[in-house]
Amino acid sequence: MSNQTDLLKAKPELVCPAGTPAALRAAVDSGADAVYCGLANETNARNFAGLNFTPDLLEQGIAYARGHGTKVLLAVNSFATAPRTQLWFDAIDTAARLGVDAVIVADIGVASYAAERHPQLRLHLSVQAGASSPEAIRYYCSEFNVKRVVLPRILTVTEIAAIHREIPCEIEAFVFGNIGMMSEGRCSLTNYVTGTSTNMDGVCSPANAVHYMDLPDGSKTAELGDFEIDCFAPGEHAGYPTICKGRYLSPVRKEPYYAFEEPVSLNLSSLLPDLIAAGVTALKIEGRQRSRSYVQAVVSAYRRAVDDIVAGRWHDLSGLVALTEGGKETQGAFQTKKWR
Amino acid sequence: MAEENLKDLKLPVVIGKLLAPLPLFPLQFILSRMVKGITQRRPEFFARLGPHIGSSYALDVTELPFVLLLKPNPQKPEMTAHRRSEKIASDASISGPFMDLFKVLDGRGDSDAMFFSGNIKVSGNTEAAVCLRYALDDLEGSVIEDLLHMGGPVLMPAHLLLQRLRRLEIQT
Repeated sequence: MSNQTDLLKAKPELVCPAGTPAALRAAVDSGADAVYCGLANETNARNFAGLNFTPDLLEQGIAYARGHGTKVLLAVNSFATAPRTQLWFDAIDTAARLGVDAVIVADIGVASYAAERHPQLRLHLSVQAGASSPEAIRYYCSEFNVKRVVLPRILTVTEIAAIHREIPCEIEAFVFGNIGMMSEGRCSLTNYVTGTSTNMDGVCSPANAVHYMDLPDGSKTAELGDFEIDCFAPGEHAGYPTICKGRYLSPVRKEPYYAFEEPVSLNLSSLLPDLIAAGVTALKIEGRQRSRSYVQAVVSAYRRAVDDIVAGRWHDLSGLVALTEGGKETQGAFQTKKWR
Repeated sequence: MAEENLKDLKLPVVIGKLLAPLPLFPLQFILSRMVKGITQRRPEFFARLGPHIGSSYALDVTELPFVLLLKPNPQKPEMTAHRRSEKIASDASISGPFMDLFKVLDGRGDSDAMFFSGNIKVSGNTEAAVCLRYALDDLEGSVIEDLLHMGGPVLMPAHLLLQRLRRLEIQT
């Protein structure tokens, strides 16, 4: 761990999820330095029915956040596909008109449009862009004047420190919440079952394709489309059915098994000092689809933790395990590439 | 857990048993007033329902002797009580213990965590249930407080019950 003076110089920004106006206010009130949100359409990667903001609600949210000294970042981080690209360009125009503090983009065309039409608009590179090498990140910086990169969750802290030394922009890293397929921005598993794309329609496992069934013996099945993704024993914690976290039968195995990933949540509380020392500028909490109660609990806990670390005090986030998926947590690839 | 807390946790069960022999007619009147009052005070509720604004929801508080049927139609919002013996049709069904559903309506509960832990059960149209969850979650403050304020001083005892339930929530 670096000495306290170094940490104080580099106090990171806490970037928090806001799926609804109430969640935005909860995050702001709980100490978020910045909140990120999306418009209620396919232009962002959490395009769930009932979630997100209209331009009017976003404007109100910006006013509330600004009144409390909190920045607002707008995720326009799905991939614009012809002939619908105008939807994404309109989102960029809306962001510029409302004066958001930054737009989080993934698509080269959208980044190009923003850089050309709204050069004053600060751009962050979404995790969906999957930029994980200094060369890729420098390209986005030089071509589109990207000021911050959200790193994919495939890098160790040591690798992040090495990248930090070779890029001209800030680094944002996920520290808590859902952790999905490691090839962010390139996963197409949901397409095969639901016909919609995480990357182009903005939604993985849309709720209209999800079906739970409670069985007489107390177990619960979770289906996505026409496929049973998991079956939970009585008393076992259930998860949201995504293909990557499903439990499958195989002729060569006696029991169903997690073929891709297990339903666990990322929790990097114990690595926060190392991340800060590695040059991470912003710590991101995942969970725009989660409740305001969840947002309040996680943001408050991380606010205290970051402040404690910067002040050289001990911190404890063990209570957050209750809010993790399946009641289980991991440090993912941040600790080791052999995390499974 | 302290013995007093155990007694308190049984409170919804006791209330359920007391309500069981009573006719539903007075309750229907109260429910109708409640849902109309809330939706008038909180018109933003409908926007979050998105494509499921015309859906119907069975709300099953497991300790109660009846099931609630919510139809959040903006022109004519309805909530009615039905005996468990009745077969009611709904697009989505949400069931759970009183204390968990109380926390959600009081703006203090993480309904996702309750669902994943198996406390709250959802069946039928998952997207409709999720939209209702977002709609309730986006209502600032507590829906229960709203209901009590609508009732005025007549509901003063209910305010005291609310405080007691909140203390219980913290202890449990």
